[in-house]
Amino acid sequence: MNPSDTTTIIGFFTGDGFAGYADAIAGIVFLVMLATTLVGGIIACTAERLVRAVAGLALSFIGVAAIYYYLNSPFVAMMQMLIYVGAVCVTIAFAIMLAAPEDTKKNGPSGPLSGPLGLITAGLVTMGMTGLAVNTTFSVLPKENMGEVKLIGIELLTSYSMVFELVSIVLLIAIIGSLVIARHGRSK
Amino acid sequence: MSLTILNVVIAVVIAIAFAALNAAYLVWAERRGAGRIQRRPGPNVNGPLGLLQPPADGLKLMTKQLVIPGGADKALFVVAPVLAMVPAIMSFVTIPFSENVVARSMNIGVLMIFAFASLGGMAILFAGWGSRNKYGVMAAVRAVSQNISYEIPMLITVITIVMMTGTMNLKELVAGQSGGIWNWNLLPSLSSPLMPVAFLIFFVCTLAETNRAPFDLGEAESELVAGFHTEYGSMGFGLFFMGEYANIVIGASLITILFLGGWGCPLGLFPSVWWFLLKIYLLIFSFIWIRWTFPRTTIYGLLNLSWKILIPISLFNLLLTAGLLKVF
Repeated sequence: MNPSDTTTIIGFFTGDGFAGYADAIAGIVFLVMLATTLVGGIIACTAERLVRAVAGLALSFIGVAAIYYYLNSPFVAMMQMLIYVGAVCVTIAFAIMLAAPEDTKKNGPSGPLSGPLGLITAGLVTMGMTGLAVNTTFSVLPKENMGEVKLIGIELLTSYSMVFELVSIVLLIAIIGSLVIARHGRSK
Repeated sequence: MSLTILNVVIAVVIAIAFAALNAAYLVWAERRGAGRIQRRPGPNVNGPLGLLQPPADGLKLMTKQLVIPGGADKALFVVAPVLAMVPAIMSFVTIPFSENVVARSMNIGVLMIFAFASLGGMAILFAGWGSRNKYGVMAAVRAVSQNISYEIPMLITVITIVMMTGTMNLKELVAGQSGGIWNWNLLPSLSSPLMPVAFLIFFVCTLAETNRAPFDLGEAESELVAGFHTEYGSMGFGLFFMGEYANIVIGASLITILFLGGWGCPLGLFPSVWWFLLKIYLLIFSFIWIRWTFPRTTIYGLLNLSWKILIPISLFNLLLTAGLLKVF
């Protein structure tokens, strides 16, 4: 090892040498996030035990939260963790435990999309998305702020109040849907 | 201070070491305290005052075989203890011990701690379910329903404080309380006269969130063997234990930062990290004191306390503060 190598290594750990590797490290971190999201999604879709599927879903959500953080939106990232992992996944896991369906494993009827038709659809969708991603010229938007909570709040209640209200209607529909299902269950 | 790999490594090592050391010696403090309160000696054989007991316990836990019960969900069983430890370590990243002793000061520090704390629920659920033990499942369901119920009044109280101070940055929250005891959020102010009540709510919620007596329904020994970690031995159990005590330290730090002026001195002189440590260890002492002097509640009493008393009061406090902030 010649002297210049040693200085590089020392600089890598202590000084500005880190800046030279910043892009490479950022790329690796981004790939890890993508892998986490994808692996979580695959586990969620293919796991035979429901609790494992929830675990995969949680992993996928954490990966998405990490990507939000990477994209300079720490507030959205934390909300993703708090709501999707802390509330949604825990609620699903709760429901699964109360229903205890582990020992009665049975596959549901396969729909028309299983088999070659599904494969073709998936292939077409992938091709379309890839084509779009490759052919679009992505323009880098200027960074407006650090994603401050106050600004987000003001924007949500002024410019985007309509979207905000619509999102709450989605939740309302979910509540009404669960009430309908629960009523049906009781009458049986 | 530039961001170098060395800084990152040092921050991570210090966070893990602090969590582990605290876990080890808080267990000792807890057992000594329990002994003193219950008029028995506690661990006093190994070393002076039994101070060598934690390393001995650690060695024992690490050298034991990790037994995975038959029929257990292996992946979840192994992942759960790690998942219990992760949020605790992550939270230490953003907790400011003093003006300069903070790994990464974030604008949404409060939110980050709660976001990672919500992972703890998943860990408990996976542990209970993965070990295929009915006591484990029942305890997990209990512990998580308790955690969810007490998260609500806790977060409402935090919102009240964030409304008053206008910041989620833990450093700025402390800076807003600098200059002596009369500036602390603990005391009633013009815009929020119910602050002592909010402190009490937050304190009770911290006890419940860390699954400690009188709210330790998740590991009620007399009915559920040992709760969600019944099937765990060796370092799996060790990690749950470390996570639990790290969570206690984080809870005490949050109370200190939100209500007790962080690293500020009560008289406004010489702010330093020692004040912060003094405050959190006084709070932890009070947790231990409460644990060994109060009997366990029932699960219904526990949930009723949250949904029928703490949530309405904290909501009322939120509305009152919002109204008064508009007036003054």
